[in-house]
This record gives sequence, C-alpha cells and structure tokens, in this order.
Amino acid sequence: MSPRITIATSARVLMQLRHDPRTIAMLLVVPSLLMSLLWWIYDGGRMFDLIGPALLAIFPFLVMFLVTSIATLRERTTGTLERLLAMPTGKLDFLLGYALAFGAVALVQATLTATVAVGLLDMRATGPTWILVAVAVFDALLGVALGLFVSAFAATEFQVVQFMPALILPQFLLCGLLVPRAELPGILEPISDVLPLSYAVDAMLEVQAVAEPSVAGDVAVVVGFSLALLALGAATLRRRTP
Amino acid sequence: MGTAPDIAVRARGLRVVRGERTVLDDFDLEVRQGTLTGLLGPSGSGKSTLMRAIVGVQKVAGGTIEVLGQPAGSKPLRHRVGYVTQSPSVYGDLTVRQNLWYFAKVLGAPSTDVDRAIEQVDLTSHAHQLVGRLSGGQHSRVSLATALLGEPEVLVLDEPTVGLDPVLRVELWGLFHRLAESGVTLLVSSHVMDEAERCERLVLLREGAVLADDTLPDLLARTGTADAEQAFLKLIERADSEVKES
Repeated sequence: MSPRITIATSARVLMQLRHDPRTIAMLLVVPSLLMSLLWWIYDGGRMFDLIGPALLAIFPFLVMFLVTSIATLRERTTGTLERLLAMPTGKLDFLLGYALAFGAVALVQATLTATVAVGLLDMRATGPTWILVAVAVFDALLGVALGLFVSAFAATEFQVVQFMPALILPQFLLCGLLVPRAELPGILEPISDVLPLSYAVDAMLEVQAVAEPSVAGDVAVVVGFSLALLALGAATLRRRTP
Repeated sequence: MGTAPDIAVRARGLRVVRGERTVLDDFDLEVRQGTLTGLLGPSGSGKSTLMRAIVGVQKVAGGTIEVLGQPAGSKPLRHRVGYVTQSPSVYGDLTVRQNLWYFAKVLGAPSTDVDRAIEQVDLTSHAHQLVGRLSGGQHSRVSLATALLGEPEVLVLDEPTVGLDPVLRVELWGLFHRLAESGVTLLVSSHVMDEAERCERLVLLREGAVLADDTLPDLLARTGTADAEQAFLKLIERADSEVKES
C-alpha cells in the first residue's frame, strides 16, 4: 500500500466527478429535495421528525452504492483496473482511494441535507445534529464498500443496477423504518439483525430520541460491515485473470 | 535466476488455457534487451495472450516466463514494464493531461514525464481535451503515452498503430526505433503485415505456435517471396502440406 497512490486515486476519482456537473448537482440536491418532499407529505408534523433522521441514513448509503458500483464496473470493463494492477497499485490503494473520494462527497451531501432538514424544515432531533451527519458519512462508506464488492458480480451496467432492488430494498424494508424491528414477525427480526442498514437506522433513531445518544455500538457494527465488505472486495480484484 | 543478463524476456514451455481453448502450449521465446521484435499473426493466433503473460496479467497453466530475470508480473517489474492493451485503457471522462498526471503519480514518475509523453505521441495540442471526445486514433495514443511514462525498460505494445493514419504510423515506428536504440526492449504486435518491415526481428504466430522467427531479409530469402505477407502465406501453405503428408 502506498499513500501516494491512494491519494492520487482519490484525486483522480474526484476529477472525473468534476467533469460531470450534472451528477454532482444530483448528488447534492436530490436528497434535500426528497427531505423537503417528506416534510410536505407529513405537513411538517411529528412523523417528519421521526422519519427524517432515518432517511438521512438511507440516502448516502443508496446513492454511494450506485455511484461506486458503476464506477468500479467501468474500471473493470475498460481495462483501467487491469492497467493499474499491472502498475505498482496495491488493491488497498484502489479501494481506499474510492472510499476517501466518495466519503468526502458524502460528507458534503450529508451536511447539506442535514442543514436543510434542521435549519430550513425545522426537523427536531433530540440529539446533536453533527452526530446525524457523522453517522450518515459512515453509511455512505458502507454504500461504497458494498458497491465495490458487488461490481465484481456484474458484467454490465444493467446488471449492476439490478443489485439495488436485490440488495438495498430488502434492507430498507427491514431496517425498522416501516415496522419497528422488535415488532417484525417471525424470522424477520433475526434477519434484520444481520443487515447493516438496520444498525445505521438504529443509530439515527437513537439520536432522534435521546439528548446524549450512544451510537458508538451501532456505528461500530456499520464500520465492521464496511471493512468486511472491503476485504471481500479486495479478494475480487485479481491481478491475473484467465 | 538462470537468465543471461542481456535477455529481456524468456518463456519456457509456456502453457495458457483460456476457457476451453489452449491458446499457447509448450511455447518458447527469447527476446534480447534493446531490440524491437514484431509479433505478427492473424487475430486469434495468441499474440495478445502472450503479451498478457509477459506483463503478468494472464493466468498461466504451466511453464515459466521471466522478464528482466524476474518472474513476469512480480512486484519489482511493475514500474519497469510498460503495457498497452489493444483497446485503449484510459479514463474517457478525464483530459489527456489528467490521465497522464494520474498514471505518472501511480508509477512515481516525475511530473515532467507527462508533457514529454504527450509530445511523443503528438497530442500536445489536445492535452486539455477530454479523452472521451477524441477520435479513435487519438484515444489509443493516450493509452500509448501512458506506457511511455517513467522510462520503462520493456515495452509491450498490443497493436499500438491500429486505426492511425500513415504519417502518424511512420512517426510512431520512428519513436519505437529510437527507444530500442536507447536500450528499451520492445515487443510490438500487429496483424498488418506491412508493419513487419519496420521490425528487426519477426515472430510469426499461428494457432499458438511460432511459425517463423527470423529477420525480414532472411525470411524473404527462405520463402522466396517479396514481402512479409506473401512470406507468411507461404509458410502457412508449407505447414499445412507438412501436416497432410504426415
């Protein structure tokens, strides 16, 4: 692993993004617009305060998953990944380069969304806003790690997009937003216990409810999942291919 | 490691299987340092596979392959061997300069290399354009420029002149010769036979086997032909009739 290559990779990913202003605009504006829509649906009432923070966890996870999985798939199909690995690039340089770049984007995205939700839409969370933002960034990194891993199992962009309903929607349904996790019927509760998004949303619900929230445990689980997925992702990066 | 100091590439009993197909079987090749070798043959003859094996990105089923005395693809070789794939592998959503800046960083090459490499492939006037908006020939030249960063000792170029106009092709072959004179070992593949005339040594591949390995004049004398294309056809004819006889 080399810090020089890792940082150059992050800079390169951000440069690519800079040439695509439409994607940047979508990344930054769409979550805030959806948050506003949610506020409107509930007429700014109590339900908005309850669901808003959880949504703040789901946006970056979903968006970064999509962006990363497609970007990495492109690296695999255009041969740039093979070229990088034939050069002195380490697998970790590649993975961390992406994680750093999209982590930075997620930080801006989450800060903007939280500012709109709390400042403009008057979302009331009992805990401090900065923890909402911090948890959102960790969720984004989870999305990056899952996207990096999943891209190995798709041959085309059509396929990779299909992983969204296959892998993300079930997590959304079981994360406790629609039905509290403890009230999920039968085997669904233990299933929700092994899905990373459940812990992300748990952390957000804690910040929503408690003045001095303890989110370290939930965040640790999210980080653990991210690291495990990165390790699995590294195993799919092959220097030699058949 | 048993390799003479002036041997840049040595393959011994190399065997590569891709899917169901054995692409190379018991394949031997030796390339001396500072030479320009043309790897010729129809598509599907195993040129690209051999090149991938030399660079170390190809899974090998048997035999050995060494580059500069080290096993192909091993860590110390990764900044000493430059490689250009057939389809250009650079970022279409970055400018020419940004692409080269990034790959120079990865190689740890000085930033002055960036402008030098862009100039060598004659893209200075396009340095700030997005690669995705360039023509096909310009696109593949960006890929070639990437391989020129950081002064590699061995250059493996898979069809680097495909789709280029004649003037540019002559210029690039001039560059390849200058590199070889300065001590760089070049392996250049092509399926265009007239390019053979620009190489000091020709290796003709067919169905994963070496059909001929010679200089052009010797090859022409041996086959009694006037150019590389005819020589190649003649050799195929001979090989086929030998198979029939036996």
